[in-house]
Amino acid sequence: MATPVVISKKIVNQKRNLQEFSINLEDIPNYSINSVDGDFLLQYRLKSWEIYQNLPMPTTMDEAWRRTDLRGLKPDTYVLKPNFDHPVHPPRNLFLPLLGKKQAGQIILIPGQGTTTTVDSSIIESGVIFADLKTAHKNYSHFLAQSLGQIVKAEDGKFAALASAMAEDGIVVYIPRGVHLKEPLHGVIWSPGQNLARFSHLVIWLDDDSELTYIHELSSPNQSNSQSFHAGIVEIYVGEGSHLTFIEMQSWGNDVWNFSHERARVDRDGRLDWIFGATGSHLTKNFSDLDLIGQGATAIMSGFYFTNKDQHLDHDTQQNHLAPNTTSDLLFKGALKDQSRSVWQGMIYVAPGAQKTDGYQANRNLTLSREARADSIPGLEILANDVRCTHGATVGSIDKEEVFYLLSRGIAYPEAVQLIVEGFFEPIMQRVPFAGVQRRFRSIIKRKIR
Amino acid sequence: MSELAINDLHVSVNHKPILKGVNLVVKQGEVHALMGPNGTGKSTLAYTLMGHPNYEVTKGEVWFKGQNILTLSPDQRAHLGLFLAFQYPVAIPGVSVANFMRAAINSQRKAANPADKGIPIPEFRKQLKQIMEVLKMDPAFASRYLNDGFSGGEKKRVEVLQMAMLKPEIAILDETDSGLDIDALRIVSEGVNKLRGPETGILVITHYQRILNYIKPDYVHIMMEGQIVESGEADLAIQLEEHGYDWLKTKTDIVMG
Repeated sequence: MATPVVISKKIVNQKRNLQEFSINLEDIPNYSINSVDGDFLLQYRLKSWEIYQNLPMPTTMDEAWRRTDLRGLKPDTYVLKPNFDHPVHPPRNLFLPLLGKKQAGQIILIPGQGTTTTVDSSIIESGVIFADLKTAHKNYSHFLAQSLGQIVKAEDGKFAALASAMAEDGIVVYIPRGVHLKEPLHGVIWSPGQNLARFSHLVIWLDDDSELTYIHELSSPNQSNSQSFHAGIVEIYVGEGSHLTFIEMQSWGNDVWNFSHERARVDRDGRLDWIFGATGSHLTKNFSDLDLIGQGATAIMSGFYFTNKDQHLDHDTQQNHLAPNTTSDLLFKGALKDQSRSVWQGMIYVAPGAQKTDGYQANRNLTLSREARADSIPGLEILANDVRCTHGATVGSIDKEEVFYLLSRGIAYPEAVQLIVEGFFEPIMQRVPFAGVQRRFRSIIKRKIR
Repeated sequence: MSELAINDLHVSVNHKPILKGVNLVVKQGEVHALMGPNGTGKSTLAYTLMGHPNYEVTKGEVWFKGQNILTLSPDQRAHLGLFLAFQYPVAIPGVSVANFMRAAINSQRKAANPADKGIPIPEFRKQLKQIMEVLKMDPAFASRYLNDGFSGGEKKRVEVLQMAMLKPEIAILDETDSGLDIDALRIVSEGVNKLRGPETGILVITHYQRILNYIKPDYVHIMMEGQIVESGEADLAIQLEEHGYDWLKTKTDIVMG
């Protein structure tokens, strides 16, 4: 018998004196003393900067951050411009359409290097906006001024404020009323760079009676002897009767400390299919909030993550039912290898008067080693009396009898584990009926298991 | 001609001795039946031969194809041509019968030839379809998740399906008849009989004589309290059917001393 390992945890009184970022007011994009009164974007950034400065760095004493410790973060070491003496080219498959063969448009943003935009001219003629943030600022400033920062507020958190102030790289999407795009739009942010701090901002706005599938990819190479940083914002509005399928694939390199604030607002009879795939980063804290604001609004949230080595992924989800007859269904599934760790903290909130709400949340985890750990914390806060809300959370380890059964058929151990893990993810893949997404995820699982 | 030779095998589970010196040789082309009351170690023998980690061999050897296979991992034993049809097949949720079957076949092909590119899909589909027809299985079965929510009879059919697809040299059927109604028993037995031939040696482990009406053994062995106490030809099973296991109890006492 092995002696049980006793882990004792010292309680350290953690003070709020974490390092601040070595970023100054002058580092704000397009900062200029003279234009302070003019441009709305600069105004927005300056206001966000002020909020950022007034917010403390989160610590594990803050409820949302209890399980994600930032003491290893070295914010005073980051650079704002990547060093491109040795540019790392993105893997080619990053740009391939993930859904079907054709795309209505693609934007590839490589911070410090440039932006490539390809877009079907017919959709632009129909009034669609699909542009990087700089171009949108130039060509669509009226729309941008009305939408930017409307859904995710700088006040939402330290990193939200920082990203609002600093993001120069971003993508802006607007789908006019009555436009139903059958082919997807694809945004890729590829961001190599040692010790780089990067910021991104995505705005997706669907006017009433419209339709869009959007793929949001964030990626960088694995980098050793580096700690780098990303703070990102995703804000989404789904208008009345509109349908958005939003797929985000996070495959940051192993040196990235990744923070994001995402919020989707779904109006009357709107529908959102929100898909999260997370396999990258050293550490992630992701806030994904859903606001169902109009009667009959529906959202399906499907997440999958696979962690290994010393990765730490923390997904914080909030399903806010703010109107009657709204439906939400969340399923997050994760597998964990080595000493990696995941946190899922979910909350279904039903506002007073949001009767006939149907809310569901479930998180299932599969640990592949004794050292891996998954924390799963569901929550309900219900202030209406005629609702149906349920939740479930499980953490299980890989079944030895399943492994033996597969071994007995000649399947070697790594493939046996891979099959079991793929089987575990199958229910979530059923909710993601896109072969390209499934293929991408499977190939990452395969690489990480070996 | 390969053979599986079990020499003086002693096995413990949780430090409790279960097998106490089993000797048995199964050659390709032969069908052996191993009978005995519950709890005498029949399934322990099956799991030990396949290499289940909970079964601890304290003494003895098992020779197959020129090596003592007890040092090999279960997948390596399978690559040599050993197969176990489980008494309690394990469900693998989310993995379809077809995907699993193809993974198993490709693993074995790759073990035999590292340059193998895997079975061509049309060939695989054809084989699978043919065997499923023999076993009177609905083609929709191929896309169901392996053993997940299957009835007892369905599970046993899928075990025989795997055996037919993998074409082992020595197959151990552990209580394949348990939980089967008479129709299912007949279909499963027909499936096994189709695999009979000079290429395949079969060890049928069973509590009841019933399955031996369909799969006629060449030899019958009786296990009691962790040892084989009696071996004979097919008529031994009939004797057992008539007299039960009691008449052997005295024999056990003698063997156990």
